[in-house]
Amino acid sequence: MAAITLIEAVNLALAHELKRDNDVVVLGEDVGVNGGVFRATNGLAQKFGKDRVIDTPLAESMIAGLAIGMAAQGMKPVAEMQFEAFMMPAYDMIYNHMARMRLRTRGRITLPMVIRAPWGGGIHAPEHHSDSPEAQCAHIPGLKVVIPSNPSRAYGLLLAAIRDPDPVLFFEPKRVYRIVKHEIEDNGEEYPLGTCFVDREGTDITLVSWGAMMHETLIAADKLKLEGISAEVIDVATISPLDIDTILESVAKTGRLCIVCEAPRSGSWASEIAAQVAENGLFNLLAPIGRVTGYDTTMPYYKLEKQFMPSVDRILEEARRLLEYK
Amino acid sequence: MSTTPVAKFAIERVQYLDPTGKPLTKNLPDFAKDKDLLRSMYRNMVRLRTFDAKAYALQRTGNMGTYPASLGQEAIGIGYGTALKKEDVLVPYYRSTGGLLMHGVSMLEIFLYWGGDERGSDFKVAREDFPIAVPIATQCLHATGVATALKYRKQQRAVVTEIGEGGTSEGDFYEAINVAGIWNLGVVFFINNNQWAISVPSEIQTNCETYAQKGIAAGIESIQVDGNDILAVYDVSKKALEKARAGKGATLIEAVSYRLCDHTTADDASRYRSKDELEKGWDSEPVKRLRAYLESLKAWSDADEEALQKELAAEIEAAVHAYKTFPAPKPEDMFDTLFAELPKHIQQQRAEAIARGAKHVGGHH
Repeated sequence: MAAITLIEAVNLALAHELKRDNDVVVLGEDVGVNGGVFRATNGLAQKFGKDRVIDTPLAESMIAGLAIGMAAQGMKPVAEMQFEAFMMPAYDMIYNHMARMRLRTRGRITLPMVIRAPWGGGIHAPEHHSDSPEAQCAHIPGLKVVIPSNPSRAYGLLLAAIRDPDPVLFFEPKRVYRIVKHEIEDNGEEYPLGTCFVDREGTDITLVSWGAMMHETLIAADKLKLEGISAEVIDVATISPLDIDTILESVAKTGRLCIVCEAPRSGSWASEIAAQVAENGLFNLLAPIGRVTGYDTTMPYYKLEKQFMPSVDRILEEARRLLEYK
Repeated sequence: MSTTPVAKFAIERVQYLDPTGKPLTKNLPDFAKDKDLLRSMYRNMVRLRTFDAKAYALQRTGNMGTYPASLGQEAIGIGYGTALKKEDVLVPYYRSTGGLLMHGVSMLEIFLYWGGDERGSDFKVAREDFPIAVPIATQCLHATGVATALKYRKQQRAVVTEIGEGGTSEGDFYEAINVAGIWNLGVVFFINNNQWAISVPSEIQTNCETYAQKGIAAGIESIQVDGNDILAVYDVSKKALEKARAGKGATLIEAVSYRLCDHTTADDASRYRSKDELEKGWDSEPVKRLRAYLESLKAWSDADEEALQKELAAEIEAAVHAYKTFPAPKPEDMFDTLFAELPKHIQQQRAEAIARGAKHVGGHH
């Protein structure tokens, strides 16, 4: 059992499902012979053939629309968008069709499909390669939105996403594609969608995050520990449907909540979590809810990228501010 | 400079009957002598026209929402619909009422859909057909996806999709015909060219002589038919569908017709279209044309017409009755089929809606 990276875990899960289920196909731009620009589909076309791992023409709306038509026939397409911001031409398909088909046909047509996309900033990419659109996707009824933070979760959650009878958007934090390795047994065991992971237990403050930002959040929790502060750390993992109960239980224990995400602050998923905790857990709070996020500006070109994204220091600063309330 | 032509193309137009119903050629296809088939086509065009009139009346009396009629374009949906087999898949757009009726979708279901009730899209017969598409051109991509699945599973079935000529300006249309060409998909694209995209005429929509030639760029067989001549529409549809089922690729058919009605019940075409043009449009309409041809074959009489009208009136009244007495949707219908398994927070909202609905919502259309 070798230690593998997050991108290798994605590849492992895809290979597992391609082997297990003939209805599963992988499609997208460059996913075939080239194995994807990040190599998520590396070797799959060679192993499973070009009918199962399909290089499509370059058109994002087409990729999503095609997958909708295939899924309507009971296939399980896993479509790749090369970068999250390139997904925008497919938004009509995602919003108007993928999310709604089951409801509007009263369950007659269901779409067991996944759209995967590398997601988020921090890789010194060109413009339009570093966005975090999870909140706008989670706002759409009828979709599940999943963001793994590490290799094991990428493997287990992607298996669950492909097997789920409903459409799932699977955002992969590209900044951490290769920085952490986990030993993963290719046993086909999925992780449940719609469940948060409690990564550290603690009593003084709850830190909530997802995707790549989990790594800064865990480092911040370690540093707080050295200061004698016990932080509970929660990886949301499934953005929608949100497991608010785990967060509320944690806040009931710690009394303080700091939410960390790399998207612009206003209307971010941090805002939704804050609203739900305010609605249902206000009287457990000892301090205001803190949000450590990107700024309400366009993701800058990469020279200012680090200024935009939350850092360990910014998380620590906000956590310490919340801890001042007694 | 030396130039060499590297590609040439032409678009052929198919037409069998002139606007008065007289054959334009002595070499009509065999089916043009099949009186039963012709009578059935005629019956279905009149059925669609009668259905449209009733839908309009329901809208005007506040009994149904916005509706797009097919007046003047009946030969298109009934033409390809006659060639459609049960196992084929129809991916309709909002003006595909003719095709839907031909593929077994009930009048009640269509009334329910335009009456604002999703249960209308739960087709009881055409289980694999897509629901009506209102966003423009998106259905073309769904059709290519369905065709990809049929090909993957090596099934000898065809996919038909329909789009207005205005819809061919959308990127999704080009993306769909492009991939259909590359992968040799068994899909037939029908362009319902009724000359007007709401208020925008062809000269604002395209600089092409035909809409059919857009298919040339995708490398798929492309043809134009007189969309008011159901013999021509049926003939090209049948060939295109057989070709699709045989795994021999996609076809783009531009059916040139004319919209004799408003775009929808919410439109007023007199704002942008002259009376003269509309009157002229009536000269080439498809129902009258086929009837004249049938009469020339001694295959239709005034008595036949009277019997047909009576039969259709009864069918439509029964559908209207079923529609008006259909039980009102329940608040939980908003939630129950959103996901295979409803997430907890939506279960809570469902309970909230049921509790509130019991207090406020009455059962009416």
